[in-house]
Amino acid sequence: MSNTFNNDLKQQLVADFQANESRLNGETKTPVHQTRREAMQNFEKLGFPTIKHEEWKYSNVNSLVKQAFDFNVKTEFGSEELETLAIPNLEGNILYFINGIYNPSLSRIVSPENQLQILSFGQAVKENPSLLDDYFAKYANYQDDAFTALNTAFAHDGVVVNVPAGKVVEQPIILRFITDARTANAASQPRNLIVVGKNAEVKMAEAFRTIGENGSFTNIVTEIVIDENANVQYYKVQNETEKAYHIGTTQVSQKANSHFYAVTVTVNGGFVRNNLNIVLDGQNCEAFMYGLYFPNGKQHIDNHTLVDHAKPNSYSNELYKGVLQDKSTGVFNGKIFVRDGASKTNAYQSCRNVVLSDEASMNTKPQLEIYNDDVKCSHGTTTGKLNDEALFYMRSRGIPKAEAMTLLMYAFCEDVISEIKIEPIRAYLEGVIADKLAQK
Amino acid sequence: MLTITDLQASVDQKEILKGINLEIKPGEVHAIMGPNGSGKSTLASVLAGREEYEVTGGSVDFEGQDLLEMSPEERAAAGIFLAFQYPVEIPGVTTINFLKTALNEIRKSRGEEPLDAAQFLKLMREKAKLVNIDDALLKRSLNEGFSGGEKKRNEIFQMAMLEPKLAILDETDSGLDIDALRIVAEGVNKLRTPERAVIVVTHYQRLLDYIVPDYVHVLYKGRIVKSGPKELALELEEKGYDWIKAEVAAL
Ligand SMILES: Nc1ncnc2c1ncn2[C@@H]1O[C@H](COP(=O)(O)OP(=O)(O)OP(=O)(O)O)[C@@H](O)[C@H]1O
Ligand SMILES: [Mg+2]
Repeated sequence: MSNTFNNDLKQQLVADFQANESRLNGETKTPVHQTRREAMQNFEKLGFPTIKHEEWKYSNVNSLVKQAFDFNVKTEFGSEELETLAIPNLEGNILYFINGIYNPSLSRIVSPENQLQILSFGQAVKENPSLLDDYFAKYANYQDDAFTALNTAFAHDGVVVNVPAGKVVEQPIILRFITDARTANAASQPRNLIVVGKNAEVKMAEAFRTIGENGSFTNIVTEIVIDENANVQYYKVQNETEKAYHIGTTQVSQKANSHFYAVTVTVNGGFVRNNLNIVLDGQNCEAFMYGLYFPNGKQHIDNHTLVDHAKPNSYSNELYKGVLQDKSTGVFNGKIFVRDGASKTNAYQSCRNVVLSDEASMNTKPQLEIYNDDVKCSHGTTTGKLNDEALFYMRSRGIPKAEAMTLLMYAFCEDVISEIKIEPIRAYLEGVIADKLAQK
Repeated sequence: MLTITDLQASVDQKEILKGINLEIKPGEVHAIMGPNGSGKSTLASVLAGREEYEVTGGSVDFEGQDLLEMSPEERAAAGIFLAFQYPVEIPGVTTINFLKTALNEIRKSRGEEPLDAAQFLKLMREKAKLVNIDDALLKRSLNEGFSGGEKKRNEIFQMAMLEPKLAILDETDSGLDIDALRIVAEGVNKLRTPERAVIVVTHYQRLLDYIVPDYVHVLYKGRIVKSGPKELALELEEKGYDWIKAEVAAL
């Protein structure tokens, strides 16, 4: 589908791509770069989506694509300054990305090299091309998804993480993305590839913070490739500014007997679109997806999930919950595919929302496409108000209204929060969520 | 302590309380009886500050303060407690956590120091024993999945913890077995001091054998149509409400 929609950002990106290419010299011949080039062509064809696009019906990127962004904001951070933005007490392999660019000198890798290998994407192109040839862009859809195509075209700034077969990485891997919008509209397009070998185990998190008064735009793609019998926990924690645009795709591929477990928590952000796409490409896989979002003001938070049951005997379960205030908007779109051959599939989905203001709104859309009779699937969505009876009961016992509301909302979220199994992340989120809910 | 004058209230434009007058002095126990739907719970809710009920006339004075101007939490802090006819289930909030928040908020509004965890637990154990409520129950989500009797007992337990000046018990006896009834009544009686007062809403004389009222009032169609000494409850038990309805109709 060609799109003649004209906009500033698209033109800027097309020009940037050409300028980049002219600096690459020999690298233009590599398979990675061929993929980038193909992706760029796709992006040019697709253009940015409009609300006429089925997948973008409730999420309008018009205001994003009319802005100009600097994809190269230079900034300096000292370790101490970074500490103030950190999740307290969180130990492990801490990887810093400043304006989307992996910064090894600020980062700290504590797991031994034989458990965990981390290269910047640019480094991997040179030092471990076969890993990229095998896995890069083999999963994320850069053919039809404009933002993924764009990210793929500029793939350079993220990390490539390899957990060899049989290794259990004890310390979590924390990817900390700090966007500095203090001096300009800052944009970044990190691209990460996480390869987890057979029987390996790893816990990882992506945490996003933005500082500064200007706008920001993050277009991130993370591919997670999980081999047989491996086990991955993945957390996405978003605490950005009102002017932050975040479009992210986490693309997961699971082989037989593997387990994947995801919790996505959006505390703050201006315009957020999270795509979590999981392909269960083997038997006896398990995938869990939890989500929480708390938009207020004019924040917009959109979670799209896709679970593709490609093989028999697998299990997926998702639970997303949101509390919406003020004039905020939320979207949940949960797609479940059960392929023809995927008998004995179990797939469950639920999305529950509390809308606290008449001006806030939530759009929920479960989409089940089932091509097999021998399956167990269920889905349910609810959107309601806070229970007035409960509120009065609490107030009549002396608990002030604001506090009672906070307690009730917190109770509503509790079952998802308790799924966060990295304690410092949970403690941090409990704090920022309580603060946000108490703001009313 | 509490003076209700010509109180009128409605919900969804429907008038339910049509002019209630009632005077309660410290140390007294008042029983309110009356047929189903006559407005007893509505009166209790209006006194506790439920916003769905619109007060359309009259006044309520509690220890010199205009009660109707106060929020539910301010009334609780001033010493009013309503034991609900239908206690609300609140998933995800434990009774312990809830009560600790409530108690410390009330203390704060009175300028008292909050209780720390140890002090709170000590007080809780003491009061739990008083109403014979199980520790395990208090660790669960508030009222969630509690049996009818457990919910009522939990109300009295909360009352014992918060030590209100004026307790309003809305059919706390219904759904209780005979032993529980006695325990709940003892809990209420232990709270009785010359400074405190109790309003007992009930359909049955039985509870009043344990909590002996100073006055019995009959609420009918939004008005108190008859008041008398404790013997009135016995008379109602024996004769039902027809004779009262007839008296009202004759007016
Ligand atoms: N929220 C409401 N909306 C509509 N009608 C209401 C509401 N609350 C109470 N009513 C009506 O007001 C009247 C009085 O109700 P109330 O609960 O006060 O009666 P009651 O005396 O407590 O009865 P019972 O003995 O059955 O508990 C009833 O007709 C009831 O249906
Ligand atoms: Mg009633």
